[in-house]
Amino acid sequence: MSSDIRFTDFKSDKQPTWCPGCGDFGTMNGMMKALAETGNDPDNTFVVAGIGCSGKIGTYMHSYALHGVHGRALPVGIGVKLANPDLEVMVAGGDGDGYSIGAGHFIHAVRRNVDMSYVVMDNRIYGLTKGQASPTSREDFETSTSPDGPNQPPVNPKALALSAGATFIAQSFSSNSQRHAELVQEAIEHDGFGFVNVYSPCVTFNDVDTYDYFRDSIVDLDETDHDSTSADQAKDKILDGDKEYMGVLYQDENSVPYDEREGFDQNMAEIPDGAPDGAMDLVREFY
Amino acid sequence: MPEDLNWAIGGEAGDGIDSTGKIFAQALSRAGRHVFTSKDFASRIRGGYTAYKVRTSVDRVESVVDRLDVLIALTERTIDENMDELHEGSVIIYDGERTTMQNVEIPDEMIGLEVPLKRLAEEAGGAIMANVVALGAACEVTGFPIENLDESLEKRFGDKGEAIVENNKKAARAGQDYVQSEYDHDFGYEMATTDNDYVLLNGDEAIGMGAIAGGCRFYAGYPITPATDVMEYMTGRVDQFGGKVVQAEDELAAINMALGAARAGARSMTATSGPGIDLMTETFGLVATTETPLVICDVMRSGPSTGMPTKQEQGDLNMTLYGGHGEIPRFVVAPTTISECFWKTIEAFNLAEKYQTPVFLVSDLALAVTEQTFEPETFDMDEVEIDRGKVVDEDAIDGWQNEKDQFQPHFPAADGVSPRTFPGTSGGAHMTTGLEHDALGRRTEDTDVRMEQVEKRERKVETAQEEEDWDYREFGDPDADTLVISWGSNEGAMREGLEMLDDDGIDVRFLSVPYIFPRPDLSEEIEAADQTIVVECNATGQFADVIEHDVLERVDRVNKYDGVRFKADELAAEIKEAVAGESEVKA
Repeated sequence: MSSDIRFTDFKSDKQPTWCPGCGDFGTMNGMMKALAETGNDPDNTFVVAGIGCSGKIGTYMHSYALHGVHGRALPVGIGVKLANPDLEVMVAGGDGDGYSIGAGHFIHAVRRNVDMSYVVMDNRIYGLTKGQASPTSREDFETSTSPDGPNQPPVNPKALALSAGATFIAQSFSSNSQRHAELVQEAIEHDGFGFVNVYSPCVTFNDVDTYDYFRDSIVDLDETDHDSTSADQAKDKILDGDKEYMGVLYQDENSVPYDEREGFDQNMAEIPDGAPDGAMDLVREFY
Repeated sequence: MPEDLNWAIGGEAGDGIDSTGKIFAQALSRAGRHVFTSKDFASRIRGGYTAYKVRTSVDRVESVVDRLDVLIALTERTIDENMDELHEGSVIIYDGERTTMQNVEIPDEMIGLEVPLKRLAEEAGGAIMANVVALGAACEVTGFPIENLDESLEKRFGDKGEAIVENNKKAARAGQDYVQSEYDHDFGYEMATTDNDYVLLNGDEAIGMGAIAGGCRFYAGYPITPATDVMEYMTGRVDQFGGKVVQAEDELAAINMALGAARAGARSMTATSGPGIDLMTETFGLVATTETPLVICDVMRSGPSTGMPTKQEQGDLNMTLYGGHGEIPRFVVAPTTISECFWKTIEAFNLAEKYQTPVFLVSDLALAVTEQTFEPETFDMDEVEIDRGKVVDEDAIDGWQNEKDQFQPHFPAADGVSPRTFPGTSGGAHMTTGLEHDALGRRTEDTDVRMEQVEKRERKVETAQEEEDWDYREFGDPDADTLVISWGSNEGAMREGLEMLDDDGIDVRFLSVPYIFPRPDLSEEIEAADQTIVVECNATGQFADVIEHDVLERVDRVNKYDGVRFKADELAAEIKEAVAGESEVKA
């Protein structure tokens, strides 16, 4: 890794097709800054993206990347990291990809605690399909497919993560570029699964959870006496329905990632030209 | 037909049927006898009938037969379940002192041996050894020298301590002595032993061993009968060679983890059965269009839906050939024997990496649960060859970059095969996507680029068709008028069947086909025969359909795949061209 990597090195020459003003611009810039800041470069970084507006990110960034099927970005990222622990793996997705079709994988990725980061662009709407309710949409949020609102409470992804044994949970806001980049950086540096939910407003289809709404309601945990090592305090903040918080909600400082616990320490791409030495012992076992 | 003995132990699931049967099978194998085992079982932990069957001979045995000579019946139902296979003179060993076995009636033409298995086991040190008492009794009945059992008992119970091993040896001899003293009878069996050393393994184990030998270092899976043994085999063993097994939360995750590991450069695989293949189908297209080398193993069982999870079927041929939306270049390989499970797995990895495609390795329950003896040299590790295809390292990366120094993972090379570079390689950073993409791996809907990429992926298949051997295995009389074609695990039964047919004066040419796609062109062989019969374990004849398709008259084709519908004037022009003699027109 060279030390003169700048965040623009992670930018591809492809111009984003996100709507002007989309929160995803800021989200992506923060990710690129955090990757550069942590000493990574495009050749040792693997970005996995899901489906949705957020999924386009692999195209606009420059690194090794895979844009997969809807909801399965996390398992792909886990596979990449476990096969080559030298790589920096970052998975990006949206609220639909991560908390609806991919909700099962989210819970299990949190449990597994592989040393990687997961950045979710949460705009509380399905943008790419032009404005349907997402799992984080408000109960009374009217859309083309939910004219009276979804009539079910939104998923609380941070609560899911905490209950599944998360070791790092942060909430970020795309328009606060400085704080956002810092939080993603902390997720990357965390020993384990660094989960960052990013409020990344959709300016086209969501007129409720807007930049103004988040700016007016969000409280920076750095300006409170929040102790991020306390699961109890994290729980109180996460379940507080009256406020939006920004910052590291919870971090287990004793986290030992799955890859380390299970001894994933090889670059599995490296194999001999024939059967490995000692392979005949496998046959002899069957005597 | 080999001079064989057919032996079984049956009872309730949870009675230790499997481990007892395996002890006997291993003892036979160690004594230089060939063994072919099979299982009747249900998918539950306790209760329900289950049996472990052993066919043994000094000659090779390739199949099960419908005949049972010696049966250890721990339940009355075991006798009922096997009545069709039992015959005049068959010996049935059972514990007449067991409450549920006191009223057992053995047909007159058979020989019932009442052996107090539980009581003798208790005398030897514990009721838990009742099955071993039965093994000792079986040794006496079959004339199999009981010393051969000792090594198996040591292997099975060695980690429990010397005393346990000795008690088991004692228990076996108690069974032997009891039969000798109570039934002084020559049952007419000869169990010759030889100096040959055989190994005994099943198809799932052979796949797992082949995977490790063939360089597989990452396995992700979700437990499912009858594929779980592949995962269990690799767990712990692949670790010794720098690899790992991951149990995923479901099959969707399993195939995506395997895909991720493959993108990272590992030889990677997942194995499942029907219901799991259904779920994995979602990702087939992604594997193919991102040109990721991946081995997907389907150990077939009876479907549809949950079907009969512990029963045999070759019902997923269409699924593996055609599953998934859109058009997916893929290879489908179906090993025909347990030893071929080993070699075809290695070949599957080579094909996957050389052509950067998904390879379906299609096995079935019959191969998975059958253990068979082999000379250890059958699995000669020195013969294993690994071909990783077009891997580009740091020094060679320049040659595959465009004018803007960007690496081109989907470069439309003449043979269709693009360069591949592993993440971490300097100058190789690139993306790929399940969206149609350009040479750089970036999304496109440009019709020319779309067609270029479709054709490039197809060209890989054409290249493979030309460069690889997609041959069949031939048995029987090459000049016979009757041609039998089969795929997958039926080879062994058909080979022995050929000998029986020969005894009846029926000559058959038998082709066993391990390649489903690409597959050998059998039109000449079919042409030369008076009658062609396709044998497979399913109701509709899925392989028969593709074989018939292969020999049908060819039609001319007009195809369009640029993402735009047919337009009237364009279509008229294409038809005109076709009429003028173009056999295949690509719009």
